Amino acid sequence: MSTFELLISLLKGGLKVTIIVTLFSTILAFILGFTAGLARLSKYKILRIISGMYVEVFRGTSLLVQLFWLYFALPLLGIKFSAIFTAILAIGLNFGAYCSEIVRSAVNSIPQGQTEACIALNMTSFQSMRRVIIPQAFATMLPNLGNQLIELLKSTSLVSMITLADLTYHANILNSSTFETTKIYSLLLIIYFVISLPLTYGIKMLERRLSVWRV
Amino acid sequence: MFDWKFAVNILPKILASLKITIVATFAGFFLALVLGLVLSILSKSRIKPVSRLTNGVVLFIRNTPLLVQLYFIFYVFPEYGLTLEPLSAGILGLGIHYSTYLSEVYRSGIENVPHGQWEAAKALNFTRMETWTKIILPQAIPPILPVLGNYLITMFKETPLLSAITLVEILQTAKIIGAGSFKYLEGFTIVGIIFFILSYPSSRLIKSLDVRLNKKF
Amino acid sequence: MITIKPIIRYNKITKAYGDLKVLKGIDFEIYPGEKVALIGPSGSGKTTLARLLMTLEEPSSGTIEVEGKLLWHEKINGKLVRAKEKHLHEMRKDIGMVFQHFYLFPHMTVLNNVMEAPITVLGMSKKEAKKQAELMIKKVGLIDKLNIYPVQLSGGQKQRVAIARALVMKPKIMLFDEPTSALDPELVGEVLDVIKEIAVEGNDTDMTMLLITHEMDFAREIADRIVFFDEGVIVEQGSPDELFDNPKTPRLQTFLSRFNS
Repeated sequence: MSTFELLISLLKGGLKVTIIVTLFSTILAFILGFTAGLARLSKYKILRIISGMYVEVFRGTSLLVQLFWLYFALPLLGIKFSAIFTAILAIGLNFGAYCSEIVRSAVNSIPQGQTEACIALNMTSFQSMRRVIIPQAFATMLPNLGNQLIELLKSTSLVSMITLADLTYHANILNSSTFETTKIYSLLLIIYFVISLPLTYGIKMLERRLSVWRV
Repeated sequence: MFDWKFAVNILPKILASLKITIVATFAGFFLALVLGLVLSILSKSRIKPVSRLTNGVVLFIRNTPLLVQLYFIFYVFPEYGLTLEPLSAGILGLGIHYSTYLSEVYRSGIENVPHGQWEAAKALNFTRMETWTKIILPQAIPPILPVLGNYLITMFKETPLLSAITLVEILQTAKIIGAGSFKYLEGFTIVGIIFFILSYPSSRLIKSLDVRLNKKF
Repeated sequence: MITIKPIIRYNKITKAYGDLKVLKGIDFEIYPGEKVALIGPSGSGKTTLARLLMTLEEPSSGTIEVEGKLLWHEKINGKLVRAKEKHLHEMRKDIGMVFQHFYLFPHMTVLNNVMEAPITVLGMSKKEAKKQAELMIKKVGLIDKLNIYPVQLSGGQKQRVAIARALVMKPKIMLFDEPTSALDPELVGEVLDVIKEIAVEGNDTDMTMLLITHEMDFAREIADRIVFFDEGVIVEQGSPDELFDNPKTPRLQTFLSRFNS
């Protein structure tokens, strides 16, 4: 097979799954990250404990272990999901834990005076979070969230190990049938690079737009 | 349901392969420490093509998956006469991948050393080599120690990826046990717990060190 | 003669941080429309007095009444209990505050800083809020800065925006916590002019004001009453002329001598 044919075969076979897993686990991770990050700052102890446990468990074990556990072990407890759902769940849960730390520290970095100004204007704590604290914190967390997005994209390659047919999975299949090892894995690296680079620049652009107020 | 007896039975087997996981972690980390320093110094090189090329390589490695890099080392290198057994390939992959992260860490440490220190070294007629080893690095490294420690933990948690290139570390051991007995729950749970027991206290320790270190400076 | 009820009343208020007693049993009243200037050395507890009123901090003991209603407490079955957030929210409606360090919202333009609370808190329409905000910004002389972010303003301009932001909520009580202390000397005047305009010249003169300041001349000029505060207690109070020309306590005499030299 020519290099071009290999490229087409790879993309045709695996790009869709890689993108779907990236997209949905990103959404899940951001939702979980914000929820858990804010819950850790809650005045209710029970919320702080639950979110703290979630974060520590998923940061303290390894993504591949979590993926295997959900895919191989959980069905033995009677809960079985499809491979793609398992993949999205595992990656979303794992990165959600990391994102929550980013959210938490960004919110913590907003000076106390901002909250006081909100109180003096008689905003409720929900209003001050939504209108004043989070928008400022978001600009702070964006570069870190962007890094997490790249890490997440890269980590989707792990789903090939639970037989989900993403780019990496197809590279392995193609390798065993064509033995064009050098070409295949070089192409695979380049494909990931080409996907992640625009993401990096996109985030930089968004960062600039969201922080016009910082000079 | 969770079979406690089975879990107790397989525990020694999994713990035995923990040695491989630990070796891969520390050897990979050591390699990343050395390569990372080299990369950070090269990226500060005054020869433009050198610094540009270094930055390009760092960007490429950072933006591609470790898993694919491992496949590349394990399957492509032999085509050019370099055949590595799984552990060496894994250490090399981990080390190279994380050296790009550590080079950033070194860089931030180096950039935090006040510019005046370079000028002072020049005024004292230090060579460039002496400036690096005697003036800059001794000041740049201590503040970044906690970050380096966190990367050690991160790399530890990445070692299960080496199972993809047939290294029998703890996750692979659990998987083999599972495949043979159709009992995956116990093995994978034990592996998860091992990772947690080893990484959580370490990260707490680093956090407290970080607080103390930052107070000192 | 009609007896006027105080709009603010501090009752045996104490405040301590651990072992540090900042307020040691304050009994103090302010009457509607009165302009009270609070003076005293740094760390004497002046700021805490205002922060308790703005509900930024809770008193250790004692009660505060605003317009005859308890601020920090509610009476349930005849017993005083710590008020719920809902009650505090209700009480804050009539109180506004200007901070030493402005605390403008950095991610909002000048206009949005002032429009924000009318929309989210008062539920005003965007159009109406804009109208009101522009009126206030004009009042503080910054109508040409509407669409600028705070980072591009001088300290004096920031504080003027902060004043507009507080005023637009039409509070009956305004607290100024050392509004010029963080400013470069050459920027103090513009802020004092704005406060003076509100206090004595404009159409807000029925507003009750508590001004914490180190600007003695200014305090004398606008205040109806001066209160000298030191080490957590009110040492002396009276009309500006009484206090500045005829300080009775040695502590006030020493304090004032530092400003007259």
